[in-house]
Amino acid sequence: MPEPARENFVMEAPGEVATVEAGAHTLPTASPGVGLGGTDAYGLSGEARSQWRIVLGRFVHQRLAMIGLGTFVLLGVASVLVGHFWQFSYTDITNNLNDPPSWTNPFGTNAIGNDMFAQVMAGVEKDMEIALTVAAMATLIGVTIGAIAGYYRGWVDSLLMRFVDLVLVLPVLAVLILLSSKLAKQSNNWLGLAVIIGALSWTYVARLVRADFLSLREREFVEASRALGATNRRIIVKHMLPNAIGPIIVNATLTVGLSIIFESTLSFLGLGVQPPAVSLGLLVDQGQASATTEWWLFVFPVAFLIVLILSIFLIGDGLREAFDPKKSRVRA
Amino acid sequence: MFAYILRRFLISIVILFFATILVFLLVTSAGDPLALLKSNPHTPHSTILAREKLLHLNDPLWQRYWDWFWGVLHGNLGQTIAGQPVAPQLWSHLLVTLRMVVVATIIAIFVAVGLGVWAAVRQNKLADHAITVTNFVLLATPVFVLGLVLKEFVAIPINQHVGTTIFYTDGQQSPTLSGPFLSRIPDYFGHTALPALTLVLVTYASWAIYQRSSMLETLDADHVRLARAKGLSRRRVLVRHVLRNALIPVTTVIALDFAAVLGGAILTEIVFGWQGLGQWYVTGVTTLDVNIMLAYLLVTATFVILFNLIADILYGVLDPRIRYA
Repeated sequence: MPEPARENFVMEAPGEVATVEAGAHTLPTASPGVGLGGTDAYGLSGEARSQWRIVLGRFVHQRLAMIGLGTFVLLGVASVLVGHFWQFSYTDITNNLNDPPSWTNPFGTNAIGNDMFAQVMAGVEKDMEIALTVAAMATLIGVTIGAIAGYYRGWVDSLLMRFVDLVLVLPVLAVLILLSSKLAKQSNNWLGLAVIIGALSWTYVARLVRADFLSLREREFVEASRALGATNRRIIVKHMLPNAIGPIIVNATLTVGLSIIFESTLSFLGLGVQPPAVSLGLLVDQGQASATTEWWLFVFPVAFLIVLILSIFLIGDGLREAFDPKKSRVRA
Repeated sequence: MFAYILRRFLISIVILFFATILVFLLVTSAGDPLALLKSNPHTPHSTILAREKLLHLNDPLWQRYWDWFWGVLHGNLGQTIAGQPVAPQLWSHLLVTLRMVVVATIIAIFVAVGLGVWAAVRQNKLADHAITVTNFVLLATPVFVLGLVLKEFVAIPINQHVGTTIFYTDGQQSPTLSGPFLSRIPDYFGHTALPALTLVLVTYASWAIYQRSSMLETLDADHVRLARAKGLSRRRVLVRHVLRNALIPVTTVIALDFAAVLGGAILTEIVFGWQGLGQWYVTGVTTLDVNIMLAYLLVTATFVILFNLIADILYGVLDPRIRYA
């Protein structure tokens, strides 16, 4: 998701090209709390509605996004329930070795007798844990840096953005492999893993927030609150952030999906989650050798991994549409 | 224009210089290259001291950085832990990786533009939905998963069905390969087809989504409506007035995505057993071979900076509305 509108150019027709930039739009409402009345497709009543109700209304009308949300919630709830109530724990070793799927073991068992259903669901839980931590961390760092750079401009901005440029010069995956090789020697390293993935995932949201803040800081409502004596901190947190919240939330959702891809990749390489803990990437790695013979060891982790990531991307796409409906208008 | 390119070029060199510092700090913090040796209680102390001296591990960090940097400026990338020069290994692995990356990128560009345009023209029709759903599924599939699935459930069944090996799943060429170039082409094809396909499928999806939205944006523009109103044919409007403009942002996105493609190549090489740059790097990381890690990160950083520069210049060349500030 790189940004096409490069900061090094002055556009003669800024409106036309700037709108192509993915997600970098301000919300239709200029000031928080004031309803749009009858301006959106689903709210012709004219009664005042909050920004959140409008966005929510647009979100629930998208079938794919709702399927994504349903799947994600279902997977999350199921992974917790299975962890507590399923007859096998993912660490249980039974005498059924390499059994194909059956009523007792719906996803079969592996070579040392672990129940694969318990393993896959434990993997889903671990992946979600890591991904949500990464997204929270990356968003916090990215928003802070982007907001400071965009609000204060000048040398602070130059310094921070040159640092972002520098981080983006290295392939993320290569740096992750390097940093995780140290962590791979410890067991129970998921938090460390989340921290390094998060430390490399904040750059995009930082650029996004900075771009938004550069235009927001010139708006009248910011000038008004400054004239009323509001502190910089209050202007940033209370007035500007709520107006940039759409792209931030969309990006946080995408970060959840991307960090599952990174985590599973590292686990596949043996550099991520370490046994006895499981993650879906680790299960794919363990199952690949017997993909054609004991297919259940490979197919179930692969299917759950793809469905999990896909559900998150669908939610993200739905949120983008909900926050920014003008991109999806039907052409005349 | 020329002054602008020159300035961008100089800035790129400055970024590259800072990147070398960042890379060096990252690599030296990765761990102690002699950890394995030290963990063996039978290693004589004198051996450890000799190795430390050989690898300059006791020198201050800035001194080690400067020695490495000075070497790089003179084309000397140092030696591996095993004592072989790094540079020849780097070039041979780079050639292997470039073969896959170049083929995959070119195909991915055509697929992405083609499908993106098709989906946009048929917006909200069956073709659009099918393409969009496929794109999303591919976007949600990690590279290694796609590679493994293609290997296990496409290549091997086809080979078994036909009775001979069409798609090789291990290595970049047959170990015994020899003879004139033309006679080697089928072997190269058999080895390159699947890894390149994997890389194409994971790479094109985000570009196609981007191309589609860029097309929709342009289709909505006033100049397109004017062109149709003038009586130009749909086809001509689509190619000359819409596609030409819609390609501008996509071009820069493709150039800027080069780092991601290189990242994807690491996994493709590992899944398909190619002795490429990514495989070499991962081996370097696991053996904590400082000079291999440095060489890989230096080369990829150089490529990424180069492509950023190309993206900047292309953006200006393709879009005459842009003034150089």
